[in-house]
Amino acid sequence: MLAFLATTIFCFVIWLLLTNNGNMWGMDEIFAGIVFSVIAGIVSRKIFVKDMKMANPKRWFMLLAYLPRFFYEMAKANFDVAYRVITGKIKPGIVKISPGLKNDLSLTILANSITLTPGTLSVDVDDERNLFVHWINVKEEVLEKMPREYKPICSNFPDWARRIGE
Amino acid sequence: MIWEILCIFLGIGIIFNILASIGLLRFPDVYTRLHAGTKCTTFGSIFICFSAILYGLWRWHDGEKQMLAISIHSFLALIAILLTNPTGAHAIARAAHRSGVKPVKAIVDDLEEVKND
Amino acid sequence: MNVFMLTLVFVLISIAVAMIRVLLGPTVPDRVVGLDTINTLVIGGMILFGVAYKEVIYIDVAIVYALLSYVTTLFIAKYLEGGKL
Repeated sequence: MLAFLATTIFCFVIWLLLTNNGNMWGMDEIFAGIVFSVIAGIVSRKIFVKDMKMANPKRWFMLLAYLPRFFYEMAKANFDVAYRVITGKIKPGIVKISPGLKNDLSLTILANSITLTPGTLSVDVDDERNLFVHWINVKEEVLEKMPREYKPICSNFPDWARRIGE
Repeated sequence: MIWEILCIFLGIGIIFNILASIGLLRFPDVYTRLHAGTKCTTFGSIFICFSAILYGLWRWHDGEKQMLAISIHSFLALIAILLTNPTGAHAIARAAHRSGVKPVKAIVDDLEEVKND
Repeated sequence: MNVFMLTLVFVLISIAVAMIRVLLGPTVPDRVVGLDTINTLVIGGMILFGVAYKEVIYIDVAIVYALLSYVTTLFIAKYLEGGKL
């Protein structure tokens, strides 16, 4: 029931944003929005809401605090790619990291962050939630130990993902 | 003032979008091409969306009411790009590795060792 | 000359350059990477076109195109893996 309500309210807010044309909404638009939101809420309530963890406002503040750091890393990643396109210096490899996350939401946040930050691209995931990362500039000292440290590969993104998603 | 910021945003968008295409041509294998094709197009398209949002808000402030809708819709398009683009890249990389494409000049490949066990 | 239309010209040039990789690509995943890049560039181009003509409907089309091209990429990736669709 709670999942159905959350999905319906989310769909209704998106509907209001999309039908705004500078004036106030008419009664017919609001009525049609309620009907379609209820239909979408009934169909997709089990897909959209897995558990009620994201109802905690502290996680939303953590997500907002994470955005500037993420944007800075993304800008750095683009200049890194520009440098490698111009000079052609690459030393690629696929390494395995064990971030030790517990649920799927934080793993998704971590994988998307890894793909958009400097020099790394997530390739695959196995059953124990270990990520396989394609690294464009492999450092030799990381290869000596077998459980690889994630610090040189993706700095402290696993900590941020744990704070947001768990 | 706002016009100059708008032009700078559009310029950054152009530079990184063209860089993505050149990177697609220059890099040697699928995974490195994905690096160029994902990061640079996401960044460039985000800046194009930023300029659309800024232009809509500016016109709205000057009294054209329907321009607010352009801002809101561009913001939703930005969120769609930011969520779907890395996930699609992830799916392509995984499919490429499972269909047998090896990374060129790789000095380590942990995933291959796991598959051979 | 509208500055948004000028930007759109450069976006079209980069689409043409990415098209070379789709035509050349030695393996199938290479072509899929080129297609994914072209999809994102087309979304940017649609947003620029909508802003240049001050029409909201093109940006609506861009949102729908973003979501549908994502589903298409996932389907092609699933097909390349050899799993069931």
